[in-house]
Amino acid sequence: MENLKQILADALSAVATSESESALDDVRVHYLGKKGALTALLKQLGNVSAEDRPKFGQLVNEAKGQVQEKITERKASLAKAALDAKLATETIDISLSGKGQEVGGLHPVTRTMERIETFFRGIGFDVAAGPEIEDDYHNFEALNIPAHHPARAMQDTFYFNPSTVLRTHTSPVQVRTMETTQPPIRIICPGRVYRCDSDQTHTPMFHQVEGLLIDENISFADLKGILQQFLNVFFEDDLKVRFRPSYFPFTEPSIEVDIMRTNSKGEESWLEVLGCGMVHPKVLEMSGIDSEKYTGFAFGMGVERFAMLRYKVDDLRMFFENDLRFLKQFK
Amino acid sequence: MKISENWLREWVNPDISSDDLVAQITLAGLEVDEVLPVASEFSGVVVGEIIGAEPHPNADKLQVCQVSDGIETFQVVCGAPNARPGIKIPFAKIGAVLGADFKIKKAKLRQVESFGMLCSASELGLSDDHDGIMELPAAAKAGEDFRAFLNLDDQIIDVDLTPNRSDCLSVAGLAREVGVLNKVDVTPVAIAPVDVASNDTFPVRIDAEDACPRYLGRVVRGVDVKAQTPLWMVEKLRRSGIRSIDPIVDITNYVMLELGQPMHAFDLANLSGSIVVRMANKDEKIVLLDGQEVALRDDTLVIADEKTPLAIAGVMGGEGSGVNEGTKDIFLESAFFAPLSLAGKARSYGLHTDSSHRFERGVDATLQERALERATALVVEIAGGQVGPVTSVVNEASLPEVALVTLRRKKLDQYLAMSIDKDLVTDILTRLGLEMIEVTDEVWTTRVPSHRFDIAIEADLIEEVARIYGYDNLPSSMPQAAVNFTPLSETKTQIQVMRSILVSQGYQEAVTYSFIDPVLSKQFLPNIEPVPLANPISADMGVMRPSLVPGLVKAYLYNQNRQQPRVRLFETGRRFIGSVEALAELDQQQQVAGLIAGARHAEAWYHGSEKVDFYDLKAHIEALFALNDGGKPTYERSNCEFLHPGRSADIFLDGEFVGLMGELHPQLSKDLGANQPIYIFDVALNAVLNAKLPEYEAVSRFPEVRRDLALLVDRSVPVSELERVISEVAGDAFKSVLVFDVYQGQGIDDTKKSVALGLTWQHPSHTLSDEEVNSSVERTVMALSEQLGAVVRG
Repeated sequence: MENLKQILADALSAVATSESESALDDVRVHYLGKKGALTALLKQLGNVSAEDRPKFGQLVNEAKGQVQEKITERKASLAKAALDAKLATETIDISLSGKGQEVGGLHPVTRTMERIETFFRGIGFDVAAGPEIEDDYHNFEALNIPAHHPARAMQDTFYFNPSTVLRTHTSPVQVRTMETTQPPIRIICPGRVYRCDSDQTHTPMFHQVEGLLIDENISFADLKGILQQFLNVFFEDDLKVRFRPSYFPFTEPSIEVDIMRTNSKGEESWLEVLGCGMVHPKVLEMSGIDSEKYTGFAFGMGVERFAMLRYKVDDLRMFFENDLRFLKQFK
Repeated sequence: MKISENWLREWVNPDISSDDLVAQITLAGLEVDEVLPVASEFSGVVVGEIIGAEPHPNADKLQVCQVSDGIETFQVVCGAPNARPGIKIPFAKIGAVLGADFKIKKAKLRQVESFGMLCSASELGLSDDHDGIMELPAAAKAGEDFRAFLNLDDQIIDVDLTPNRSDCLSVAGLAREVGVLNKVDVTPVAIAPVDVASNDTFPVRIDAEDACPRYLGRVVRGVDVKAQTPLWMVEKLRRSGIRSIDPIVDITNYVMLELGQPMHAFDLANLSGSIVVRMANKDEKIVLLDGQEVALRDDTLVIADEKTPLAIAGVMGGEGSGVNEGTKDIFLESAFFAPLSLAGKARSYGLHTDSSHRFERGVDATLQERALERATALVVEIAGGQVGPVTSVVNEASLPEVALVTLRRKKLDQYLAMSIDKDLVTDILTRLGLEMIEVTDEVWTTRVPSHRFDIAIEADLIEEVARIYGYDNLPSSMPQAAVNFTPLSETKTQIQVMRSILVSQGYQEAVTYSFIDPVLSKQFLPNIEPVPLANPISADMGVMRPSLVPGLVKAYLYNQNRQQPRVRLFETGRRFIGSVEALAELDQQQQVAGLIAGARHAEAWYHGSEKVDFYDLKAHIEALFALNDGGKPTYERSNCEFLHPGRSADIFLDGEFVGLMGELHPQLSKDLGANQPIYIFDVALNAVLNAKLPEYEAVSRFPEVRRDLALLVDRSVPVSELERVISEVAGDAFKSVLVFDVYQGQGIDDTKKSVALGLTWQHPSHTLSDEEVNSSVERTVMALSEQLGAVVRG
């Protein structure tokens, strides 16, 4: 019995101090193998009295089980330590950048146009497009701007010949829509427009979004409501807006819309952002729409101006220089 | 139009502040551009009189003046050459402040004491004139505060009038509007016919009656053109931005500003026979007041005498016939010219005058006689003279008709979405000068006053009512309309989705001008005649772009020159090919174009700086077309002039050419100054956006079988040909082929390349046997060998 205790203690100690799987194997063979120390004890059962034999056998078997269990535990713990050590060597710098293509971005004019489109699509407007080289009729005549009308001087026009121009606004798209569609009409016309003017605050090409809504019983109140909503939504702000009488040959009444801006010193001033009005009855009639039955409104805005306000761009010409250091700021 | 507020208030003086007045005018649709002071800020300046002037003992250019303020005399050292005894001048006394902080103190100039300063007009912010001190009329009272004397506590209101409101291009017109807005009376200047002192007339004949329905003129003899224009008039003109010339010209300008009628004065001595209002003869010449000689066209109305044109009617007078220093007798003109006959004429000669500005937009056709009487009275008052009777030639038939316009209650309410009280509507229209012919609960029938020729239809009256009522006072709502659902197209991809594909490939969107340099256009596309603008902003923006590529390449160069060598740009927009003479056939197709150059990836820690090549670009094209499965594009060698002949492709979709891609031609690239290869694509936007509606095909439950083939073929055989042959012969169960290696170089014949292909078969209804697949492979290898000379590598 004394012998068993000693052997067990030695075995457990040998397990605990083994530092590798092979050392553990050696321990196992040494104690539990066919010629192992504990196995040998079982073989000596014959020398034990018949009375003590079952108890002794049980004790030896328990000792064998205990050693086996410790070996398994020790094995697992050695494996875990080995894995931990291996993983520790695999540590990387997680602050380095990811691999792959860096993402580009949209032009601020496009971003702005998409915001405008999103609002108007949401309230049932379709997007319409049309040619940029236009005939005089669609750019001017059909909009109640006959030849030599002083309003033509309001828009410096690029000409190809006396009857062909670069569109000065996207209104000709509205005319083309009215010519082919009966009300209700709800469209917006985004696109490039051109005026023969170039300085600090004018570029010869810029972008407009114009809109047109024609239906029965459309009123000035609808125009005010939609545009006020639009401005609030676009600028994400409850803006102070004023509607000011103006003049466009294709609308009557005509309106300019100003928003209140506050500068860094806290001073307030009005800034014009939109032109609009009720569609002139002549314009409806010229495109084959009954002006007694239908009324409508039209509006137009300069996309660059909205982009400048929205993104605090202070130089209009940056929009067309395509300087990556500028463009990459819009991601 | 610039106008003095004080002048306006002489006519109509509502009890509101200047700021409120300005805001009110703006909100009535007469937009005030800016409000300017009429002089600089200054104080302590009085009217002074020089009573003595001696040369400065120690300086040649200075004088020592004795200046009286009416009570005391001050010694002032002055450098102005015109300082002399007897003149009245603005005198800044000790303690005066000029501008923001220039304080006048006692000073010593070259040992002589000076008590104050004599001022030039520019020092007081009255004009740019600093040629000496400002001389005041003899009647000025020494000692009077100078600001009060010149009525300088005033401001200039600059109104930017829309073309329809030419009725407000005068003090009278603005006053009328302010009167309406404030419901206060307007006090017009009193105009009475001047007593006629002679029977002198000069004959007038109108040959162009439609263009000139009314022409009034009169002779005034013995005027003194050397007389001083009174300071009050000079100042009012100055505040409107008009320089004083001589009393006659000043008066014609003054009456134009006051009443809105442009006028002209001829030197009677230079008129021959009679005034003839006629169309110019072709190529007739006239030297205008500004000194330039103009060859006239026959669409131009002129005022002529029996010999020669004297003036372009309503635009500008001639040099030879106007009032000059020697003028004694004048012929005053006050006419009405039809706006349409003058429209665009001034501009066509490169001219724009106060007169043409008004006549083109319209002048009250009943104003001429009043204006002539007013001007005559002023001439007599200021320059003297014997007045002859008015000669008036009128063609009633061509005078504008006085319109009757009816406003219906129903329309008014519908337009404004509210019902304005009947009496208020009547009141607004009446105050605007409309005569009520009939007023019922349903209609207002009105006669439009002669000065509001812009009012012609019902909508015009609605605008007037709304404007005076105040746009901000009108209701606001959201339109109610039946919801109209349009089918959601799935065969047309939204352009936004396409843009985001490119953005995720690292592209920045560019916007380049639609017009480019014709030279650049020819460099890229020598065989395309680009569409030229008649009036380009500059030569390098002279033609419409026939392709988006030149603009993108320019944008690349811009960035290359700013240390941005890695560029990925795309743009969507129209290109223009054809002729404006056949506008309907002119191609204005929308394109999407892109450009890549420089490193494949932004420089980073994990790889070298390998440059992009053709296949990077191709991946982007494939991504664009894969976007919507609108069809698989095919590629053929391109012969586009601006692309590398060996590294470029035309892109076809369903056999139709839709675009091109490739490396920019190295010669062109070099000529333009690019320092690395540039790859571009340019594709029809529609081709990319067209999509196919996906349709489910059953997924086979049976296993796939793959066999790899390594082939040797001539380098000239495109891999797409191998793929074509395989798909034709590999059998029904054939599914796909992929290319997993292409090699040419060491170890193989230098006319050959090795291509490794992985072929996959899968049958929808059974597991393929080895025999089935083997026979497909054999068939395929045979066909590849026969058709393309491909040999299986051992």
